[in-house]
Amino acid sequence: MYEILENVILAPNLHRLTVKAPRVANARKPGQFVIVRADRGDERIPLTIGDADPAAGTITLFIQAIGASTLKIVSIPVGGALRDVAGPLGQPTHIENWGRVACVGGGVGTAVLFPLARALAEAGNQVTTIIGGRSEQYIILADELAAFSAEVLITTEDGSRGRKGFVTHALADLIADPARAPRVVLAVGPVPMMRAVAELTRPHGIETVVSLNPIMIDGTGMCGGCRVVVGGESKFACVDGPEFDGHLVDFAGLSDRLTTYRSFEERARHAATECRLAKEVANG
Amino acid sequence: MANDLGMKERLALGRVHMPELDATVRSRNFEEVNRGLGLEEAVREAKRCIQCKHRPCVEGCPVGVSIPEFLDALAAENLPESARILQGDNALPAVCGRVCPQETQCEAKCVRGMKGEPVAIGYLERFVADWAMANPEKLVKTQLPPATGKKVAVVGCGPAGLTAAGELARAGHGVTIFEALHDTGGVLRYGIPEFRLPKEIIDVEVSRLVAMGVEIECNVIVGKTLTLGELREEFDAVFIANGAGLPTMLNIPGENLKGVYSANEFLTRVNLMEAGRNPHAPTPIIAGRQVAVIGGGNTAMDCVRTARRLGAERAMIVYRRGEAEMPARVEEIKHAKEEGVEFVMLTAPLEIVGTDAGWVAALRCQRMELGPPDESGRRKPVAVAGSEFDLPAEVVVNAVGTRANPLLTATAPALELNRWGNIVADENGATSIPGVYAGGDMVRGGATVILAMGDGKRAAAAINSHLS
Repeated sequence: MYEILENVILAPNLHRLTVKAPRVANARKPGQFVIVRADRGDERIPLTIGDADPAAGTITLFIQAIGASTLKIVSIPVGGALRDVAGPLGQPTHIENWGRVACVGGGVGTAVLFPLARALAEAGNQVTTIIGGRSEQYIILADELAAFSAEVLITTEDGSRGRKGFVTHALADLIADPARAPRVVLAVGPVPMMRAVAELTRPHGIETVVSLNPIMIDGTGMCGGCRVVVGGESKFACVDGPEFDGHLVDFAGLSDRLTTYRSFEERARHAATECRLAKEVANG
Repeated sequence: MANDLGMKERLALGRVHMPELDATVRSRNFEEVNRGLGLEEAVREAKRCIQCKHRPCVEGCPVGVSIPEFLDALAAENLPESARILQGDNALPAVCGRVCPQETQCEAKCVRGMKGEPVAIGYLERFVADWAMANPEKLVKTQLPPATGKKVAVVGCGPAGLTAAGELARAGHGVTIFEALHDTGGVLRYGIPEFRLPKEIIDVEVSRLVAMGVEIECNVIVGKTLTLGELREEFDAVFIANGAGLPTMLNIPGENLKGVYSANEFLTRVNLMEAGRNPHAPTPIIAGRQVAVIGGGNTAMDCVRTARRLGAERAMIVYRRGEAEMPARVEEIKHAKEEGVEFVMLTAPLEIVGTDAGWVAALRCQRMELGPPDESGRRKPVAVAGSEFDLPAEVVVNAVGTRANPLLTATAPALELNRWGNIVADENGATSIPGVYAGGDMVRGGATVILAMGDGKRAAAAINSHLS
């Protein structure tokens, strides 16, 4: 059992969990993930490790509760526990001093981006961080990112905070400014966002790294469910990734595979919501 | 001699038949197909053993079970003694009695098989092991030797790891098994379906090891959570049995369509995660009305029989050679046929054809004919020009094999590997690093449960002498 020491709501449906997992905390490097099961019989859910404290033996997980299984995970109170936490899995982020880099985060992707951006800053890069969300309440970690970023640019779709529009608008301006243009772009977020970032940087020849979160079960290369076509070759996101060259990823194929279990997920979500409602009604 | 029958009477006895669940019923549920023998049948079958002096059956067993001895005790209806002998030689007899290919091992060597049918050693092994499980209070208590104070790490909780752990614990060593998944058993749990090996059998066999003092830590991926180097610092010896790894891709167009699974993914979803067989399981699976499974081994049979149980009206084996060349066990092929599985032989996949929405629509195939034998001695399939055709399917399962898993070896550069990435080990499991042993599929590159167990047993013996 892996005890939950903290469970904080950062944005609607977005939780930050601090979990006791000493072996994982000790071995983890930025960019790696864990596979989590809330309880016996539950699904295996891959989650990027946001941060780790080897001395305290804890890891930080950012979880967007969008399905029945993630809803169950975030509903575990402090003092409760996750049944399984396996990792760290995947390849760590390649950290190098490129000079100027841009880190682009969308939604919960911002949380995944956070430790990578910090590692890049610590390696001596001048980091410009661009984060976006639907509206102000979905903008997370802006202050934390500002602590080590040269600048933090915020975009919201409704204009309730920062610039109205998408992260790509802010990135396009950044690229157009010779004094601020990045050599490398790191993008983490929904697939359409990462795809748009990759398409934007492609004509400029700016190296672009994206972090993928496809369907997976074991996370150790055994099932191959997380395969994604990169540069015409099948790669396993769990062992070869989760980060890949954004200019080589087949985003269309990835998006399509992500819809495989959509009908199952909708049914499970309905069941979970109904269950919640029933409980609330029962509890008055 | 416990056998009260004379030689002539023993020779006159015919081989017992395994009672099976009706094929129409079982092809729609996950209950165990082979029901097991009753006491009377088992004792009678044990009496068919003529207790020959040269014991060829023992040589045919990768873990060297004292077969004539446990059969003799069974023939005398001394079940505690029979169980003591069997469990002393084999850490997982209830598993082996179900999944071993006895027809090519012990039973293939049985002298009764030279003129008639061999003794049904596998059925009897299962009978005695199941009796032992149901009657723990009647078993002879074995005393463990005093603790040696030595510690051994076992990587992987599959058949090789469990066998080695049992042998090492019995020798008095402290044993910790590190398992990457969230549950025990390795391939026994994620790979072999419930209808061949009920999962509660694994639970009981594993709890027997735990009762002997074996510690099991799940969710530890050696190579990621801990490195081999860290294990070597903490333990006096290490046995690596982390199993088969990455699925081999077909490298044909359409492999990433929705509804295409590797055998590992298909079986893991259903076996380990209970998708499709437990209505409350949150892990989903695409079942498919028409399912094409590519391959001819036991894994392919497990997939196609599982697909049938998930509701497939048409479940097909697509194999590029003929039925005689299939590596699957005869019993698996027989069971699959009885359950309505179609065998599309001498057929190779060319492409997986998709719908506009990205789902599998058909498996495009090509007819083959058998040419001269290849390096494996099997006749090489050759494509028949102009023979392309489409097999309609919603699900395609690739069961052509696996490659070595690189997670552990990537962090252990001193470990010698062969050109496929499997660990090089001698006949005792010794690797290029002193004190580090290896066995099972990580060395063999894809074999059977019993061969993995044999590796575990031999490596445990070698580790034992290394430590003393």
